[in-house]
Amino acid sequence: MTKKAFLAAVLIVLMAPFASAQASGGATDKTVAITNARIIPVVGAEIAKGTIVIRNGLIAAVGADVAVPAGAEVFDAAGLTAYPGMIDGYSSLGLVEISGVAATADGRETGRINPQVRSLEAIRYDSMHIPIARSNGITAAVVAPSGGVIAGVSCLLRLDGWTNREMAVKPAVAMHIELPGLRAGRGGFGGGRGAAPTRVEAPALLAELKQLFAAARAYEKRRDAAAKNKLLALPGFDETSEALLPLIKGEMPAMISVHSERDIRAAIQFVREEGLKAVFYGVEQGFKAADELAKAGIPVIFGSLYDSPPVWEDGYDALYRNPGILAKAGVKIAFSSSSASVAKDLPYHAAKAAAFGLDKAEALRAVTINTARILGVDKTMGSLEQGKAANIVLADGDILELRANIKKVYIDGRETDLSNRYTELLEKFDKR
Amino acid sequence: MRNAALPRFAVFALIAAAGLLPVFADGGDILIKNATILTVTKGVIPKGDILVVDGIIKEIGGTIAAPPGVRVVDAAGRFVLPGIIDSHTHIALAGTNEGSEAITPEADVGTVVNADDTAILTALSGGVTMVHTMHGSANPIGGPNVVLKTKWGRPSEDLVVKEALPTLKFALGENVKQSGRTVQPGQTQRYPATRMGANAIIRREFAKARNYMAQWDRYDQAAKAKNPPRTLVPPRKDLRLEVLAEVLRGERVARVHSYQATETLEFMELAKEFGFKIQCFEHIWEGYKIADEMAAAGIGISVFADSWAYKMEAAEGIAGMAGYCHNRGVLVSINSDSGERIRRLFNDAAKTMKYGGLSEEEALKLVTINPAIQLGVDRIVGSLEAGKQGDIAIFSEHPMSAYTRCDMTIIEGDVYFDREALVKEREQAEAEAAKKAAAPRDKGGVS
Repeated sequence: MTKKAFLAAVLIVLMAPFASAQASGGATDKTVAITNARIIPVVGAEIAKGTIVIRNGLIAAVGADVAVPAGAEVFDAAGLTAYPGMIDGYSSLGLVEISGVAATADGRETGRINPQVRSLEAIRYDSMHIPIARSNGITAAVVAPSGGVIAGVSCLLRLDGWTNREMAVKPAVAMHIELPGLRAGRGGFGGGRGAAPTRVEAPALLAELKQLFAAARAYEKRRDAAAKNKLLALPGFDETSEALLPLIKGEMPAMISVHSERDIRAAIQFVREEGLKAVFYGVEQGFKAADELAKAGIPVIFGSLYDSPPVWEDGYDALYRNPGILAKAGVKIAFSSSSASVAKDLPYHAAKAAAFGLDKAEALRAVTINTARILGVDKTMGSLEQGKAANIVLADGDILELRANIKKVYIDGRETDLSNRYTELLEKFDKR
Repeated sequence: MRNAALPRFAVFALIAAAGLLPVFADGGDILIKNATILTVTKGVIPKGDILVVDGIIKEIGGTIAAPPGVRVVDAAGRFVLPGIIDSHTHIALAGTNEGSEAITPEADVGTVVNADDTAILTALSGGVTMVHTMHGSANPIGGPNVVLKTKWGRPSEDLVVKEALPTLKFALGENVKQSGRTVQPGQTQRYPATRMGANAIIRREFAKARNYMAQWDRYDQAAKAKNPPRTLVPPRKDLRLEVLAEVLRGERVARVHSYQATETLEFMELAKEFGFKIQCFEHIWEGYKIADEMAAAGIGISVFADSWAYKMEAAEGIAGMAGYCHNRGVLVSINSDSGERIRRLFNDAAKTMKYGGLSEEEALKLVTINPAIQLGVDRIVGSLEAGKQGDIAIFSEHPMSAYTRCDMTIIEGDVYFDREALVKEREQAEAEAAKKAAAPRDKGGVS
């Protein structure tokens, strides 16, 4: 071995643990059978003891009487419970690394109207936060831009892969619209650095959005007419209108951050009038408009439950009981971490709601299949069913429990590396 | 404060109207029956009773008969634990940071206790009965801190825990060098602006304090002499140095906000140089790198469970830290540093099981007996033992479960938070509102 080759080999060996900790994406044609697991498919009944067969990245079979195919690699999961990978309904994973260091934060564009920005294009695919979330059983996450009135377009990432594009399950999930928060100084009005501190109320913002949408429709009409008729003047390129068109046409849903009871009602009306597909985010006073939300058929993704009730008179437990009340009213609900650094906490928001009235099974659905349905990806993820992507978590207990440990995580059939920044640093300094 | 727009009395009236005022008419007597009792220091009693008389735990055990007139709480199927203690927070204060100067040991937060901060109620709703509420971290030397019980509805002087160890806040790193602050035109950058400066300014102040003590010693000696010189005048009283002198005399201990390993080790060197006691490092996200040094020096830590990566010096703050340091022999407590996180300290403690390998019993210590030891009050609180004060929380499930909920919080035998009563009142109010809405409008006719 030449000196150069030797150095290269040493370098590869040294770098290997770091590289593998970041991502372990890549195709696998291995057939894997997970046997003797307790299986919680989320859709369908629990299987006390069964087998899951993974082939070509998909769940080829799941059930109590499934035979292990010849040549399959077998993992005996006795004592473990299999769950579908959890999906974070709203996060800043890959956009924000160290929130207080502007150089590492890409989640919030300046200005108020930014439909043209797309979170996927800024994803730091080797973010230190992604392996931490993954090792706690989260296998996919919405990554949302924030700030301003129109914050931009979110994406849905699988939490494994070597590039941002490789990780994209859905490059464009929703257009994010932010209505004012319940507390002064919080919420989406004119956010970003150097923004004016004046509070603009939701009705004024919704009126402004209606004008923007009308302008976009008019722009499209002129643009399309000019395309057909060469005698007409070609309108100048309008970035905002171009970016808004998929939303207006219903090809892309709006995810509207909305918080107060009054604004929730106003937003429901806005969605109806504009004929939008919509998901509401936050919805802290949703429990006061639960029936309206259910009637409108608008699903809800909650923000972090690790927050104070924004309106004291709503009661100390308002955020905690809100999910249970909405679920009971028939609203489709999902949870989110609303974070990057503690995206791993997603299951505990669901458990917190369960401690305050939400049915435990619904709490689990609200981090798996509900989220998949809301995001329109339930054909491929969100439950352990034949034909779906093999996003599987094996835990030594209930995955919503703080006391449970995650033992294995499969994403698209690949067993992922559970090491991360936490484990690397601990290992390093434990050698002291 | 959230309700800054409302006068304080209005907030108070609203809370009173919402039925959130405590019921402290029990006179310090209460009997809790049929609970799983997590004593913390004396094991777990699977099913037992606990009796508090005159605010003190009188008896813990199998079946205790209710003395006449004592309120009985049936806690069958529920878990009873010592009131949770937060070793580091800033609630219930009318001011936190005297940040206009770098050295302000005379600025005592104990003089600005605000007993009507609603964060006290928030704390109670999470089973918290005692807090070490602290000066902020804007200055290398901040001010004295104060230990309070969360006795909502009582005057501020009733909240103060006089038995607690007197403490002084120090701070290091990014906050004191003001690295997150943009210096406006016309302003100058405050000294210190580096970690070198922060260490140097603290050394300077202790050197001054030592010299100040020597000046007084010399004066006292001279004054005691048979024929004191006629020109003898006492040194000028310096309120800043008086506080530092208390630290040097061992009458007050240091609580030090720090993040990085180096600044922490260097502060330990300063403590050795001047001979004062560091009780705890606060946050100390790189603590796992120097766990052995802290353990050897007998210094505790008061830390977050996993709130990290919010600034550069928190970029290596790993969730395994608390458990790792605990296993290395450091006295660890989990703190909130927040008027919100304070109500889920039990959740944070539970995270040390997943990330630090602690048992349920060990994890619970991080928010009960350990902070009590750090505050010097473990003789009176922090565990359920006969003779200790009756500070008790009742939880719906094991406090280390993600599905748990605090149902009742008791301080010295008085109930300060009662979820069942709150829910009942809310349901009544909702029923009344619904009835009112359904009733035909009064059109001014005869009813």
